[in-house]
Amino acid sequence: MSITRIFGLFLRHFYLITRSFPRILDLIYWPSIQITLWGFISNFFAAHSAYYNNAVGVILTCAILYDFLFRTSIGFNMLFLEEIWSRNFTNLFIAPIKIGEIIISLIFTALIRALIGLIPAILLTSPLFGISILDLGFYLFFLFLSLYIFGITLGILVSAGLLRYGPSFENIAWSTMFLLAPFGCIYYPVEILPEIFQKIAYSLPLVYIFEEARNILINQTVNYQNIVNAFYFNAIYLVIAISLFYYSFGQARKKGTLINIGE
Amino acid sequence: MKNLVEVQNLKKNYGSKEAVKNISFEIKENEILGLLGPNGSGKTTTIGMMLGLLKPSGGKILINGMQIEENRIEILQKINFISPYIELPKKLTVKQNLIVYCKLYNVLDTKNRIEYLTEKLRLKDLLNRVTGELSSGQKNRVSLAKALINSPTVLFLDEPTASLDPEIGDFVRSFLENYKKEKKISILLASHNMNEVTRLCKTVLMMKDGVIIDKGCPQDLIKKHGRKNLEEVFLKLSRSADEHN
Repeated sequence: MSITRIFGLFLRHFYLITRSFPRILDLIYWPSIQITLWGFISNFFAAHSAYYNNAVGVILTCAILYDFLFRTSIGFNMLFLEEIWSRNFTNLFIAPIKIGEIIISLIFTALIRALIGLIPAILLTSPLFGISILDLGFYLFFLFLSLYIFGITLGILVSAGLLRYGPSFENIAWSTMFLLAPFGCIYYPVEILPEIFQKIAYSLPLVYIFEEARNILINQTVNYQNIVNAFYFNAIYLVIAISLFYYSFGQARKKGTLINIGE
Repeated sequence: MKNLVEVQNLKKNYGSKEAVKNISFEIKENEILGLLGPNGSGKTTTIGMMLGLLKPSGGKILINGMQIEENRIEILQKINFISPYIELPKKLTVKQNLIVYCKLYNVLDTKNRIEYLTEKLRLKDLLNRVTGELSSGQKNRVSLAKALINSPTVLFLDEPTASLDPEIGDFVRSFLENYKKEKKISILLASHNMNEVTRLCKTVLMMKDGVIIDKGCPQDLIKKHGRKNLEEVFLKLSRSADEHN
């Protein structure tokens, strides 16, 4: 592993973000709009629902957590798509950078992209809605970490598809999160889902993360098993995603995608 | 002169289609080898395999004595590529792009390397310009600077002067000639510009349908085929191969 090469690829995206004010604005704009919208919905539910009336910030907190997941995953895909759009893909893959170095660099860059968008949104929630995500306390770190790992796992999986199938896989890149959202039980308890969907939900880390966030905020207790389960499933999916990325790279070299992808 | 590149019985199949059929050649140190052939003859596939972008279906590629399939990263550290079909990130400035590629190639003396190349390629005044806003001639020189950023021992050039005006085209050709002489690097040049190939290359390979149909010094090929220039030789060989097929 070369830190210089990892830093080099990070620098390429850092320059891109910091050179363009519209890009920074775009990163901040959508999370802020999303959080503001959910803030008002949250206030409405808190006033009209027995389930939420003891925890005003439950929906909003889950919205922030989901947005972090969404931004991390999309951020990772965007970094990969950026190379395709700018026709720089071949230059990147003829540089002596290892696949592991590309993944590590994009993981860090995706985190920074997600935080640029999320921090202003989190800061908005306190003065606007009187809610702080920090109410989750020390456990917030584990929930965020777990979401971050799942976000980059999805990003790696979609990038593996882009690597193997080229830009035609782009639409899948945008829709993955929407496909998984119903099973993630972001805004409702898992019991709402039909039994067969519950089985799918329990095989994803998301349900444990969001169930635990609600548990902490509503019941003021911590179920460590949920946190452990989330990390357990995250580890499995991350290993699968990285293996698939390496496999896709091998397949792309066999099928010639790396040569034609940027053209 | 030792061989810096050795290609032995190289093959590439896409399913049942044979894109490259058992070709062998070598490039000596301080040599520019021309790779000619009509579109679809297998030139890009051959270069792709030599750059590690494609996995060969058979045969061996040795660069600096190492096999690309087994030493991909080590070899990529010492080779580079320029093609009009790939670009550098358009939104970054010239300087930012060169810094990024210095890091990706682990170039230690970034400042001096960028200064040397921008001086040689007349890019000093463009360093803080956004790459996407440059003319095609300027972009071409920036891509060339990127291709030389790691002081490669083997350089792959795919149509390096395509879409350039005659003045810039001549500047790039002269630069490549001098750089090769000075650094004793090997160059593989794929081009449809026969004057360029005649001027730069000591040896030329003619490819058609994935095979090398002829090989030799441009002047010898012209004499051998009884033609006036390399372009006529190219046309004769392409058409005779058609008839042969």
